[in-house]
Amino acid sequence: MDRIDVSPVTRIEGHAKVSIFLKKDGTVKEARFQVTDFRGFEKFCEGRPFYEMPSITSRTCGICPVSHLLASAKACDDIVAVNIPRSADLLRRLMHMGQIIQSHALSFFHLSSPDLLLGMDADPSVRNVFGLIEKYPEFAKKGIKLRKFGQEIIEYLAGKRIHSSDWLVPGGVKTPLSKDKSEKILASLPEALGITLETLSMFKGKLDGLKDEIEDFGNFPTYYLGLVTPEGGLEHYDGKIRIVDSKGKIVADNLDPKKYYEYIGEAVEPWSYMKFPFYKPLGYPNGVYRVGPLSRLNIVSRCGTPLADKELKDFRKFGKGGVVQSTFLYHYARLVEVLFCLEKTKEILEDSEAYVDNVWAKASVNRSEGVGVAEAPRGTLIHHYKVNREGLITWVNMIIATENNNLAYNMAVTQVAKKYVTKKRLNEGLLNRVEAVVRAFDPCLSCATHAVGEMALDVLLYDSEGILIDRLTR
Amino acid sequence: MSFLDQDERLIELAAKIQLVYSPIMDVKVFPPNVDVTLVEGAVANEEQLEMIKQVRERTKILVSLGDCAVTGNVTGLRNTVSSSVESTLKRAFVETVDVNGKVPDEVPRLLKQAIPLHEVVKVDCYVPGCPPSADLINYVLTELLAGRMPNMENRSKYG
Repeated sequence: MDRIDVSPVTRIEGHAKVSIFLKKDGTVKEARFQVTDFRGFEKFCEGRPFYEMPSITSRTCGICPVSHLLASAKACDDIVAVNIPRSADLLRRLMHMGQIIQSHALSFFHLSSPDLLLGMDADPSVRNVFGLIEKYPEFAKKGIKLRKFGQEIIEYLAGKRIHSSDWLVPGGVKTPLSKDKSEKILASLPEALGITLETLSMFKGKLDGLKDEIEDFGNFPTYYLGLVTPEGGLEHYDGKIRIVDSKGKIVADNLDPKKYYEYIGEAVEPWSYMKFPFYKPLGYPNGVYRVGPLSRLNIVSRCGTPLADKELKDFRKFGKGGVVQSTFLYHYARLVEVLFCLEKTKEILEDSEAYVDNVWAKASVNRSEGVGVAEAPRGTLIHHYKVNREGLITWVNMIIATENNNLAYNMAVTQVAKKYVTKKRLNEGLLNRVEAVVRAFDPCLSCATHAVGEMALDVLLYDSEGILIDRLTR
Repeated sequence: MSFLDQDERLIELAAKIQLVYSPIMDVKVFPPNVDVTLVEGAVANEEQLEMIKQVRERTKILVSLGDCAVTGNVTGLRNTVSSSVESTLKRAFVETVDVNGKVPDEVPRLLKQAIPLHEVVKVDCYVPGCPPSADLINYVLTELLAGRMPNMENRSKYG
């Protein structure tokens, strides 16, 4: 079998390569998205006091540490068996809104917009955020400002932008939100909102010229999974799991996220450190589902805020039966979510309970097991811990947002490879497009493999005998 | 990410530096004759070991950025587990798995221990922190651009 490798994949979070395998006739058999890093959180956390877990596990990632903090703190709430005060619930949600805004801004402006503005076939040495600063300084500045807005929310609440890990505690948060910090956030909110609406309208204006990308970039039917509010609205912090099929029909609703193992299984392939979660009723590998912004907009009945709901209607025009299936449109979904998070930020800051002093329900170990589930920017995130009577960790399992999409990643790179690999050779066009489809998912591979590494992708082409016949590096 | 937290200062920086290799750009081969390289993360697998040696050969000033690079930090936590490579892989790929539970073997092999950069290559400047703050990163870059080695006294902080 012929094989092509793209290595390393860049402008993504983490280290990956893509291998493409050819049939005897030179057409593509399959492509694999391979993740090459691993750290071992599930083992080395054993023996640590449970209350250290938010701090340790948030180090899984520098982009979405807050999501790990939240899932971990929720698992700890479960272990101490308390319902946290509503004030703490609001502040945790506020922190998460900041996190999703900054993470989506990073994905769209810093990592992906160079493809959209400078072009998929622009010189690789300038097709990045610094190239963007040079050619479109005003646009780049907007991205920087929007990301800063999100990061500042986190900093105002927790004292630090990244790994602000001592503010979120089992039972709530350590300190309330001060009025002056709240005013600062409210003062910069209109500008952030303006940038988001402007960017949405710019992006929508470009979609006509991106028909090929929408058509070929991971455009296939799958299931979609994520948390929703009791009313079926968009949810990022709590709620129940809903699953819809490729036609938009709800196949499971109101599932208890704490019992994820009843419906999500995990599989392994020898060629990747990233595991392959699957929907148990469909089995492996048929139980493909997607998570993240696209999936969340596919499963909800509505967003729940006026501006985002208006955008959701437009967004759904790209789908059938309410389901939008092109992976390329994750970018679009991300912008709609930023809008939602900005509206929610305002809503929380206008709630008088966000300023109550009682924000921490203190308790010690009352259960031997805890599960915390949240919607990270990239999708459903699960932390599951077991502890002994002293509260020392005895067992850990984590299913990370990006991992949930693993089966879909492989389908997406296969689809792009089938379209762009010609005459058993790699070319720049293929490489860029393979990377662009991966980037549309916005993977966070440090998270997914619980590993650190430089962000990178590698394409290798193998013939039908398994001999490497081409490798593309720039 | 903390590098990007320099916010608007990135725009001034863009005018003064030429970025030649980075996770946020698409050049795939580390180029020769690089003036300054910031390296984050510990050295945990065979591929990273090769990479850091190549980076060192091609770089004048190598900066070890962040606690994982400087001490091993969270990446190095697995070093405390006995037969860490086997036991961490077994937990992740056999014990918590429903289908095909088997340790992946077509991937870069883990090193026995995850180690800080200076155990493998010469480091010219250490910038600890988890992460180092954007202000600190900006200070280090400003000094290096002025042709001075950053003075980390009273600026160095772990965690």
